[in-house]
Amino acid sequence: MAYTKRFDGRKFDETREIKAKVGVVPNADGSAMFAFGDTVAIAAVYGPKQLHPQHMQNPRKGILRVNYQMMSFSVSDRIRPGPSKRGTEISKISEWALDSATMLDDFPNNVVDVHIMIPQADASTRCAGINAASLALAHAGVPMKDLITSVSVGKMDKQLVVDVTKKEEDYEEGEGATDVAMSFLSQSGKLVHVQLDGKINTKELKEAFKMGREASKKIYEIQKETLKKIEKEN
Amino acid sequence: MNEEHFENKEERREVVVPGEIIASGDNLPGDGTRKEGENIIAERYGLAEKSGKVMRVIPLSGVFIPRRGNVVIGQVSDITFNGWLTDVNAASSAFLPLTEVPRYLDKNNLPEFLDIGEFFNAKISNVKAKGIDLTFEGKGLGKLEGGLIIKINPNKVPRVIGREGSMIRLIKDETNCKITVGQNGIVWIRGDNVEEEILAKKAIMFISDRTFISGLTEKVKEYLDEEKANGGKK
Repeated sequence: MAYTKRFDGRKFDETREIKAKVGVVPNADGSAMFAFGDTVAIAAVYGPKQLHPQHMQNPRKGILRVNYQMMSFSVSDRIRPGPSKRGTEISKISEWALDSATMLDDFPNNVVDVHIMIPQADASTRCAGINAASLALAHAGVPMKDLITSVSVGKMDKQLVVDVTKKEEDYEEGEGATDVAMSFLSQSGKLVHVQLDGKINTKELKEAFKMGREASKKIYEIQKETLKKIEKEN
Repeated sequence: MNEEHFENKEERREVVVPGEIIASGDNLPGDGTRKEGENIIAERYGLAEKSGKVMRVIPLSGVFIPRRGNVVIGQVSDITFNGWLTDVNAASSAFLPLTEVPRYLDKNNLPEFLDIGEFFNAKISNVKAKGIDLTFEGKGLGKLEGGLIIKINPNKVPRVIGREGSMIRLIKDETNCKITVGQNGIVWIRGDNVEEEILAKKAIMFISDRTFISGLTEKVKEYLDEEKANGGKK
C-alpha cells in the first residue's frame, strides 16, 4: 500500500510543531533551543576566543568548530556518550553548512565553538541542530551573511514528505524510506548542505529541494520571530 | 563611546537579524551591514539605526571586541621580565609594559606593584593581530585595590553608564560607592562596607537584566529605595 496518509496526520508539506527559543544557556555567549515536535536541539556558542592548539590557528581568519552530540537518554536505546563516527560526521557537515554564513575574517587566530546537544530525538536531529546553531550564532553576535535554515525531506515509497519522523524513517513498504537533509541560506535560498540516505531519482530529488525550500521559508520566519522577540520580552 | 545611541528616539531602532534587508534606496552601509545592489543588509543581530544616510547595526550581544581607546578593567594573569600579561575579557591577552607604571619599580620585584590575580584599569593603546597593548596614560587609571568585581555583558555597558553618566551617578550617590565600569563589561565597586557594595551590585545587575525598558533611571531609583528599606530589616 502506498503512503497516502502520514502516521501523525500531518500534510505532506507540513513540518511538525516548531518551538524555538534563544538564550537558554546563560553562561554561553549565545544559545538557542530549536525543536521539531519531539526532536529537540540545544546549541551553545562560545567565542570568538583564542584557539588552542596553536597549530590549528589561522592568521587570516577565525575558524568555526562545531560539536554535535546526542545525549545518552535521547533515544530509547541508550547512546554511549562521547565522540562517535556518526557524531563526528554530523559535526563536520554542520560546520560546513554554518561556515558558509559566518564571516570570521575580523577574528584571526580565533575560534567560534558551537556545541549542539540533542536531549530528545525523533529523527531530523541534524536539521534541528543546524537551525538551533544558526540562531545561537546570531544570538552570540557573530557576523553572518544570513541565517541558515535546515529541513529534512523524506520519500516514503513514492510520496515526498517534509520533516521526517523516526517512524517514517523506518518505513519499509514499497520503495522504502529515503531521507534527504538539506540546509539553505535563508534569504537567498542557496543550498549549503545536502545529505542523502536511501534511493531517489533526479526528478524526485529536484522536487524534494523545492519542497525543502518552501518549508525552510516557514522555518525562517519562526527563527526571525524568535530572535526579535527576546529583546521585547523584558 | 556608545552614549549617542540612546539619544535617538526608541521607535527608530528595530531589532534585526543577519541577512535581513534593513533599508533600500539611497543609503550607505555602516558597521554591521553591507550593500547588495540597492539594499542594505544586516550582518549582525542587533538594533538597526539610521544616522543621516548611514545605516548601522548596534550589537545586542556577543563578546567584547577590543578597540583602541577603550578603558578596560583587567586582571593580571602572568608576570614577565618587562611587564604584566593580563586578561581583559577579550579573545587575546593584553600586555601592560613595565614602563607604563608612573613610579620607580624594582625590576626584579614586579609583584610588589601588581601581583597575579590583582585588578587594574587601563586604556587600550593598540590592538594588533597578536595581542592587545595597554597604557596607564589617562585620568584615574592604575591599580584597583579592594572592592568587588562583577561581570556584565559588554554590550550593556552604555546602558549601565547612562546618558552622560546619569545612571552610574545615581547608583554612586545612592550607595556611596566608587564604581568603575570597564568597556569590557567588568565592573569594580568599592564602598565603605559590604552591604553598600552588594546594593550597588544588585542595582547594576538590575539594569543589565532590563536594558530595553524606557525610563530605566526612574525604575532603578525605585528599586534602590525599596532595597534599602528591605535591607535594613533583614
